[in-house]
Amino acid sequence: MTQIELRGIEKFFGAVQVIHNLNLAIADNEFIVLLGQSGCGKTTTLRAIAGLETIDKGDILIDGKAVQHLKAADRDIAMVFQSFSLYPHMNVFENIAFPLRATRMGSGEVDKAVREVARVLRISDLLEKKPSALSGGDMQRVAIGRALVRRPKAMLMDEPIGALDAKLREEMRAEIKRLHVKQGSTTIYVTHDQIEAMSLADRIVIMHEGFIQQVGTPDDVYSRPANLFVAQFVGSPVMNIVEAGVAGEANAARVSIGEAPGGFEFPRELLSKLNGHSSGGLTLGIRPEGVLVRREAAPGYMPVEAQIIEPLGSFDIVDLKVGSKMLRARTKAGYVSGPGEKVHARIDPEQAHFFDTASGKSLGVRL
Amino acid sequence: MASVALTHLDPASRAAARGWSDLTIRNLFIIPTLVFLIVFNIFPLIYSLGYSFTNFAANRTEPWQFVGLQNYRELLSDDHIWSNFVITAKYVIVSVAGQMIVGFGLALLLNRSFPMKGLITTLLLLPMMMSAAVVGLFWQLLYSPSWGPINYVFGLGDFAWLSNPDSALYAVAITDIWMWSPFVMLLSLAGLSAVPQHLYEAAAIDRAGWWYTFTRITLPLVSPILLIALIFRTMEAFKTFDIAYTMTTQPTAELIAIRLYKQAFQQWDTGKSCALAYIVLIMVLAITNLYVKYLNKVKER
Repeated sequence: MTQIELRGIEKFFGAVQVIHNLNLAIADNEFIVLLGQSGCGKTTTLRAIAGLETIDKGDILIDGKAVQHLKAADRDIAMVFQSFSLYPHMNVFENIAFPLRATRMGSGEVDKAVREVARVLRISDLLEKKPSALSGGDMQRVAIGRALVRRPKAMLMDEPIGALDAKLREEMRAEIKRLHVKQGSTTIYVTHDQIEAMSLADRIVIMHEGFIQQVGTPDDVYSRPANLFVAQFVGSPVMNIVEAGVAGEANAARVSIGEAPGGFEFPRELLSKLNGHSSGGLTLGIRPEGVLVRREAAPGYMPVEAQIIEPLGSFDIVDLKVGSKMLRARTKAGYVSGPGEKVHARIDPEQAHFFDTASGKSLGVRL
Repeated sequence: MASVALTHLDPASRAAARGWSDLTIRNLFIIPTLVFLIVFNIFPLIYSLGYSFTNFAANRTEPWQFVGLQNYRELLSDDHIWSNFVITAKYVIVSVAGQMIVGFGLALLLNRSFPMKGLITTLLLLPMMMSAAVVGLFWQLLYSPSWGPINYVFGLGDFAWLSNPDSALYAVAITDIWMWSPFVMLLSLAGLSAVPQHLYEAAAIDRAGWWYTFTRITLPLVSPILLIALIFRTMEAFKTFDIAYTMTTQPTAELIAIRLYKQAFQQWDTGKSCALAYIVLIMVLAITNLYVKYLNKVKER
């Protein structure tokens, strides 16, 4: 039962401010992922919660109690490091037992607790081994075991699977999820990998240059990005972002891109929802799966030319030339035969996002 | 040695243009070293082993005789020599223990960032850069009973550190500690800074206190390099000559090296001195061997 609250956190490294007025409330048992590029302040935030980094302003509350002046040891929080930080001279058992022995727990209890955790993590047969003899995934399991064994108030994870190869990463991702569901503890997880964030998080906190950009469920940040940064950071392949102009017609609205004649057809209610943003300073965001492509002409579809095709196995990404701009569309594998082919495209109004070009903020238009 | 892999010379290099091969260059480095080793180390070593079985005296011209193991027999049954060994053992234990404690303690203090760290570290290293004879002479002045600063500071009146049979050896050991603690400090600092910072962070998260972290993380990870410092200092302390010779003439501070010096260059008993030197060598080898075995065990962990 642990709630964590961050209130007005500010942090400077010398003259550089790395965290700007950060506010966040984390509920009990919640799995929170701090997502952002390297240098965005996510790891610093995590280390500040852990007590490995001081903060210059603000409060860190754990269960309502301010802890920013407490040492790491007094916050009762466990952490899994990116480098695993296993003690190289101790075997797996001693590594997992370390936090228990450090607080003078009786040896019988230690033994029981360590074996129980090892069983949950399926590393019971590795207890006698040294970390140097373990694979990356097993080292990770041991690091998680060391964090879990003392039943901490909260678990902090700093890119815990970032150092593993792709296949193992996927495996460990599933395992972390399984553990969280089973053990249920408040978890803060730092990563730069949006797929990890999407698959693990109850809520994602997207950070950029020390500011929180958006806090929301994976669905929120994917389907309703708050600004251009979030729109481009979340989702793969990346969302198309193009300047757009809007014009009204009798019973439709036309969104034109890159001075292409005609423009894409949208429902007429777009005009009222845009509320004055109809000309100038408008940016359209559309994910590749929102760009619909077909070979034959059809009402609402615009003729375009395919330029580059990236086959990605289960689907292709096709670059379409629309006026002077490019739109990336997602099609069935092999649907567009080759570069230069003339196809027809439409933008699915339901998947379109509109942003204010100057501020980058979403206009919140849903159709 | 034919299987040693050589890095091949870049054919475009200047050395290659002069017609040098990898082998030529290797020999250029190895042959002088080998010659030096043989002439100045290995040859005298074997030659003195030969002398140790004779009654040879370097200052006499008359022919020497082969005496077999007589030198060794006499030395090993000589109480005087054994008391020299006991003195040396006391000296080694006190001086090396002191150096390890002071040196490692200083390293712990220095292993953090603070203003003027580089300058302070360099200043602390100065003692070991001095000539031992000079250090001995200076400390003789510091220990001076009538006007030495040490007695003045500690209010010991006219306590005669170096001519008191009970304190002479320890006074020399203190000087040795002063001179060589920086060496232990330097090695310990290298060992301490090689312990990754993230292990300390992990320990802090794991709620380990200072003492627990020190004994379970710091010490085990630094111990290999501490052992190396211990080996070096034990070997050096065992053969201490210069400091002790310049500081005191007390028989209670007559280390085995001084005894050896007197036998070789005052009594001119060259053959017997060679035998004594061999006994010392074997003892140092035995002690070092013990350490190295332990070191290998520590490293395996």
